[in-house]
Order: sequence, then structure tokens, then C-alpha cells
Amino acid sequence: MTAPLLSVRGLRTWFHTFAGIVKAVNGVSFDLMPGEVMGLVGESGGGKSVVGFSILGLIDPPGKIEQGEIVFDGRDLAQLPEDALRRIRGREIGMVFQDPMTSLNPVQTIGRQMDEVLRLHTTLDARARRARCVEMLESVGISQAAERLGAYPHQFSGGMRQRVVIAIAMLARPRLIIADEPTTALDVTIQSQILRLMRRQIAEEGASMILVTHDLAVVAEMVDKITVLYCGKVVEAGPVREVIDTPAHPYTRGLIDSIPNPAHRLPRLNQIPGTVPDVRNLPAGCNFRDRCPRAQALCAEVEPPLIPKRGGQQAACHFPVAIGEPA
Amino acid sequence: MASRVLSSQLVFNWRRNPPAILGTLVVLLCAVIVIAGPLLVSQNPYDLRQLSLLDSYKPPVWLDGGDPRYLLGTDGQGRDVMASIVYGTRISAMIGVTAMLMACAIGTTLGLLAGYFGGRLDALIMRVADVQLSFPSMLIALFLMSAFGTGIDKVLIALTAVGWVVYARTVRGSTLGEVQKEYVQAAHVAGLSHAKIILRHVLPNVLTPLIVIATVQVGTFILIEASLSFLGVGVPITRPSLGLLIKNGFDVLFAGLWWNSVFPGLMIMAMVFGINLMGDFLRDELNPRLK
Amino acid sequence: MFAYAVKRLIQMLVVLWAVSVIVFMMMSFTGDPVFMVVPIDATDAEIAQARRILGLDRSLPEQYVLFLKNLLQGEFGRSYVFRQPALDLILERLPATLEIVLVALLIATVVAIPLGVFAGANPQNPLSRLIMSGSLVGISLPGFWVGMMLIFIFAVELRLFPSSGRGETVEFLGIRTSLLTANGWHHIVLPAVTLSFGTLAIILRITRAGMMEVMRQDYIKFARAKGVSRRGVLYGHGLRNGLIPVVTIFGLQLGDLIAFATITETIFAWPGMGKLLIDSIYRADRPVIVVYLMLVALIFVVVNFIVDILYTMIDPRITVK
Repeated sequence: MTAPLLSVRGLRTWFHTFAGIVKAVNGVSFDLMPGEVMGLVGESGGGKSVVGFSILGLIDPPGKIEQGEIVFDGRDLAQLPEDALRRIRGREIGMVFQDPMTSLNPVQTIGRQMDEVLRLHTTLDARARRARCVEMLESVGISQAAERLGAYPHQFSGGMRQRVVIAIAMLARPRLIIADEPTTALDVTIQSQILRLMRRQIAEEGASMILVTHDLAVVAEMVDKITVLYCGKVVEAGPVREVIDTPAHPYTRGLIDSIPNPAHRLPRLNQIPGTVPDVRNLPAGCNFRDRCPRAQALCAEVEPPLIPKRGGQQAACHFPVAIGEPA
Repeated sequence: MASRVLSSQLVFNWRRNPPAILGTLVVLLCAVIVIAGPLLVSQNPYDLRQLSLLDSYKPPVWLDGGDPRYLLGTDGQGRDVMASIVYGTRISAMIGVTAMLMACAIGTTLGLLAGYFGGRLDALIMRVADVQLSFPSMLIALFLMSAFGTGIDKVLIALTAVGWVVYARTVRGSTLGEVQKEYVQAAHVAGLSHAKIILRHVLPNVLTPLIVIATVQVGTFILIEASLSFLGVGVPITRPSLGLLIKNGFDVLFAGLWWNSVFPGLMIMAMVFGINLMGDFLRDELNPRLK
Repeated sequence: MFAYAVKRLIQMLVVLWAVSVIVFMMMSFTGDPVFMVVPIDATDAEIAQARRILGLDRSLPEQYVLFLKNLLQGEFGRSYVFRQPALDLILERLPATLEIVLVALLIATVVAIPLGVFAGANPQNPLSRLIMSGSLVGISLPGFWVGMMLIFIFAVELRLFPSSGRGETVEFLGIRTSLLTANGWHHIVLPAVTLSFGTLAIILRITRAGMMEVMRQDYIKFARAKGVSRRGVLYGHGLRNGLIPVVTIFGLQLGDLIAFATITETIFAWPGMGKLLIDSIYRADRPVIVVYLMLVALIFVVVNFIVDILYTMIDPRITVK
């Protein structure tokens, strides 16, 4: 059995604000094998982006990684000093941000922003770097790549910019890509193009990917496995088919039911009632109980642990949904 | 309801912001000086009967030759420097506040008209504003004063003339936004007159950003007035502001009589600093995007 | 680009024309300059004749046309006091004013931008708070008072610098400048520092605000995710974006410096055109005031034009239309 590329254990990332401690990530664990694609799913405010930034060590004050291990290729990233992390960022772990309109520097050419990665992480000379940039731009589907290197971000459309961002993230052939809602800001028609592109790139390079998203529909066709976060905690995890077809946690079930998919034979679109509770002072017991149709007295007293189930699936619920049972 | 929430939030943040508290205290202190000034000092420095040339150029009380009656020393006419500062502060502060109110009233009116009615009036007002904004306020004020001659009324006019532009621009911008909103359209349909719509619906909604501008402008005006008076084209010598006191002190500075100019300068600095601290706080609270 | 330049040129001319109207009106409504040129014991006939020579007997529109015609021909009249062409008087003193203005701008920029970048990049640092408090004091100080204090400390008490005058000048490219002599620099330090105070504080605050705004942007975090160091992010990605708002206020700051140079020159007896303006205001020497205002207006529109061009160069999103 091969060792995981990334192994996150008991990660806690808290934000110390004036109004109290925001426990954005509060005990998250998962493993990612080489070449594996994992979906990190949850509603906004669920702490999923913070997991991504924690892995890269990009948590700025008042945020802080309080506890936990982030073992990447044998090194605990949570313990590494800034300059060691810097050599990992961009070279071994690439990141794609949510909004392509804001993630590129408006006053630098595309070429310069791409070249920067290679200058930092490779020993290639100027010509080789340029050749690599052109090659990368072409592989993400940008024509006339050589001329486009001299263009500024504002001369590109949103979809094109996200292609550039993906190209930058993959330029130094990293082994892990963290994509934070990479298609949320794009048109629906462009979304699937970009997703297919990413999937292909990952497969070609043999890299792993963490796809952070609130959209289970995106995840279903993209990933090998899913980790569902709620209030900074893992509530369900497992292989994609099992989780989608037989969700055990009522929250996962709610997320699946709210997908507007005509193929689903549901009479109406179910939204999960209520909103994410204030993470600054979470009540005892299960965090989801106020929104849960299955909640009982036990749920208010004891926080359910993450329990392994059949087929590598795990769920943190006292009263999990049985197969075929309506939620 | 909304304003109550806002004000309580404002007070809440204010109590956690030491610079804002300091600024408010300084401004309150200046207000006390302005209102109760003559009661605070034993001498009216502009009543010649109360002056004695025998007491001229006394140093501050903690230096050799200091006179306990004159805490901060005296000037060439035997005026108590502290009394002069109190009277000067009143003039400086009143000019700053009055000119701000005048500029605000005129600028807001023009901005409302320009934003509400648009068209040629709008184009004219904004062109004038553009041209004026490309010149420094100080230079415009200096030029106007050179044409008018000295006098408190003339200083007020000059400051108003340079100060209205920022209000007009800001108010016009927010008016353009308000006019498109549904409640204004509804008021039109309901048959309200333009005047009523402007006064009842538009005006209250464009005032918030003006608070910061107005606060900071009082400080700017005090400094410009001081500069004008220092150059001898501001207030008349019979009613000296802090700026004119400094000018008079400048003439004797080379003789080592520093207290005639140092203390009035410190007073201006304290007053404007307090105003700017408050302005910074209000800016952060009310319109963080405003630079 | 060419069309843009032409359009801007027309705008500049319109502004200059508007200034000429305002200057003319202000001058016409205030006082009668005829008494500046005739002796105190002049007879009515002499006054009437002087009035005719000055063109003051005609209607206002006629006077304005005459005024504009003279302006366009570079004929600005003679100083009532010096009996010399007013333009020559001003141009003679222009280099001295530009010297302290440019040195002050240099001091302000060199000091303010690094401090502003630091304060903007490290907003929580105690040193940043100190810098910001200092800058707030800076904009709360009357500039002339700062000058007096500098004179008192460095000229009267410590005797390190002279308190007045311009020092030795040498001719360079047909312009007399004090920037090429040690004695000239010795004289320019105090006035230039005095003048730089307010501008320094403002550039510092704008730089900080710009940097703070920029450092919050996604592309800064994206650059860090690429593995760029903190320094690299700050100078490679943050600075140029953060300086865009600074460039936009440069023009107005230069204007402020020229305006406040009048006061600084008065305090330090610096023989520039600002001091000449103040002296001319005291003496109601109208032609000199008119030349000063028109020249300063010309400088402003040209500087604003240059700033606009710079702006398009620093920010590729803005295209010249």
C-alpha cells in the first residue's frame, strides 16, 4: 500500500477576532493518495477554503493554525518555517483561486506573472522558461500563446483568465493542486469546460487535487472521493459514488437534494432549512441539529463522532440515513 | 431605528478607540475655550486699559523674570499670551466652523440641484468645480483675499468659495444614485413637488458622507485662515486669530522671544490634530471607502 | 494618442481662458489701479489721461478684449512698482521658486513613500502606528509655524543653517540656480524641509491607504501561493498598484507646494516669485499678480496633463481614448 501524498490530522485553524474566536476549521482529518482527486464540500462559511489556505501556510493574522498535522510527502507543513513553505508553494503545491477577475495582478503582463513561477522554482534560462510558458498556455487551450504572453489580464475574458490561473498553478508541475471554487465566478457554459480542462491536466501530470466547492454537482463528475465539512468539522467522507448515492449524514443528504438536477426524480428542490450557526459560540452536541429533521434529545447532548461505515464511508451522525430511506 | 443602531454602534466603537477619544476631548476643550473663553482668563488683551507696557515681553512663568500673573508670558504691549491665545482660538475656531457651514450649505444646495435636475445647470456647476479643483485651495483663497482686502467677513467668503466644491461633487454623486431609486420614482408618481422630494427624500440620504468632509474641512479652514493671516491678508489686526498672533511673534523671534509664537502654534496644532483624529475615526466608521 | 493629446490641449486652453476671465473680473471689481500709477498730487486731468493710457476709460468687455489680446501677445504690462515688464520680473524669480518646490517634493517623496509602504504593509506594527500618528501631526501643523520653529532651532539657537536668502548661484543652461553650489544647498535645506512637511504627510497617508487596499487583494495572495516571498510580493506586486493613487495626487501636490511656497519664501526671505506675489499684493501691483496667476495656471494644466499621461503608463487598464 502506498503512503498518502497528503495526510491532514486533527487540523484546527482559528481566527481570533474582537468578537470572539472563530473556529473556522475545528478538527479536520483526511488522506489524499497520489493521483487522487478529492472534493471538499460544504456551504459557504463552512471552513473549506480555510483548509486549503492552511495547507499552504497562507493563514494571516488574526488566523492561526492552532493544532494538527499537515503531512505532505513526509514533512509536516504546519511546523515548517516560512521560507521552507515558500519553496513548496507553487513548486509542489499549486493553487487556483475562486475569482479569476481578481487573482491576476492587473499591472503585470501574463507572461511576467507566469515567468515568475519558473524563475522562483526552476533553474531554466529565459528562453526555456518562455518556451514552457507558451507550452503551458497552449495546453490550457489559449491560442496564439506566444503573443498572449505580452497581454495584460484585463484583455482576457473571465474564462480565459481562469485558464491562465490554472496554467500558472500547474507551471512548475506540482504534485498537488488546491482549487478553491475554481468555477463559481464563471458562466455556467464555461464551468464544465474549465472543470474538464483541470481534470485532464491533473491526469496528464499524475498530480493530486483538492477541489473545494459548495456545489456537489461539480464534485460528482470530477472527484474520486468526497469530504463534507460542516461548521469546521468533517461530517461525512467516502468514495464519491457511495456518498452521492447513499449519503449517511442528513446534511449531505440535504446538499444532494438541493442540486437542481432533472435526472433526479425528486418532485421539488429541497433546500436545507435554516442557516449555518454562529461559529463563534457553537452549542454542545451536534452542530447540525437545529436544521436536522432527524434530531433527537441525544443530539443536543453528545457530539456524534466520525464512525466508519461500509465501503470506506464515514459519517458523524447518531441517526444516519439508511439506504433507500427518505430524509 | 436604523439611525439608533448606527449611533449605538458608533459609540461602541468610539469607546474602544483611544485616538478618537483623545480627539473628541481636545475638540470639546476647544469648544469650552470658544464658548467660555473670556471667563477663563483675567485679562481682555484688546482692552488697552488693562494692558501695561511695564509688563511687556515677560517670559513664561517658569523662566527667570517670569511673572506669576502671566503663565505663558507677555508680548510687546504687555498682553498676556495665554489670554491672546484664548481670544485667538475663538476667532480661529469660529471662522473655521462658520465657513464650513456656509460652504456645506452652498455646496450641498448646488450638488442637489445639479444631481437632481441634471442638464446644463449640472454641466456648468461641474465644469466650474473641475476647474477649481485643479487649483490648490490656498492659492485661490490667497488670490481672493488679495482682491478683497483683510476682514473676517472676507475670509469667510474666500473660504466658502474654495470649500463648496467638495460638497457639491459628493452630493451630486449620491443624488444621482438616489434619484434612480424606486422611492423617489414613487414620490414622483404620487405627485410630490420637486422641492418636497429633494428636501424630504433625497437630502437626508446624501448627508452621511458629508460628516467626514465637514469635520476635516474645519481643520483645513483653520490652517488656511492662519496662513492668510500670517501673510497679512486674513483677519484685521484688531481681531487677531492664532495665525496673526504667530505672525506678530515671528517679528520678535530672532530676538529670542519665542513664547510669543510657539504657544499659539501649539494651540493651532492641538486643535487641528484633535479635529483630524475625530475625522479619521468618523471616516473609518461612516465611509471606509473614502480616502 | 494624437487625438487624445489634441483634446487635452483644447481642454487646457479652455481652463486657461476661464482663469483669464476670473482674474480679469476680480481685478476689475477691486479698487482702481489708476492711483497706483499717478502721483499723490495728480490733477484730475492727469488722472484721466493715465486712465486712458491704461484703457480704464472703456467698457468692461472692451477692457477684457484688450486684456486678452495683450495676454496672447505676451504683453502683460509693466509693474507699477518696479517699472519693468511684469513677465520679466516673474520669470527672473521662477527658478528660485522651482528650486525649493522641487527639492521639497523630492524630500517628501523619498521620505513618504518608503514609510507609507511600510505602514500599509504592516498595519499592526507599533512603528506603523507611530508613523501614522506622526503624519497626522504633520497635516495638523501650520507650515509657516514649522518654518519659524526650524529657524529658531537651527538658525538662531544652533546656528547650523542660515535663516534667510538664497546663497550663491551659478548659471547653468542659461538659468541661475543655487543647486550647484554648496552654499546654495546650505541655504535651501531649511525652506525646502519646511515646505515639504504637509506634502510629505499627505503622500505618506495616500501611499499607506493604497498599499493597504492592495495588500488585501486576491492577486497578492495568489502571488504568495506561487511561492513569492513577502518582500517580493510587497515590491513586485504591491508597490506599483499601491502607487497608482499617489500618482493621481502628484499634480495637486505640486500645486499646493507652489501655493505654500509663497509663505515659505516670505519667512525665509527666499527671492522667488511667491515672495514677489505677496509683496505685490501688499503694493496692489496688479500686472505682477496677473502674470503670476496666469503662469501658475499654465504650470498646473501642464502638470495635470503630464500626470494623466503617467497614469496611463503605470496602469495598463486605462487606455487613452
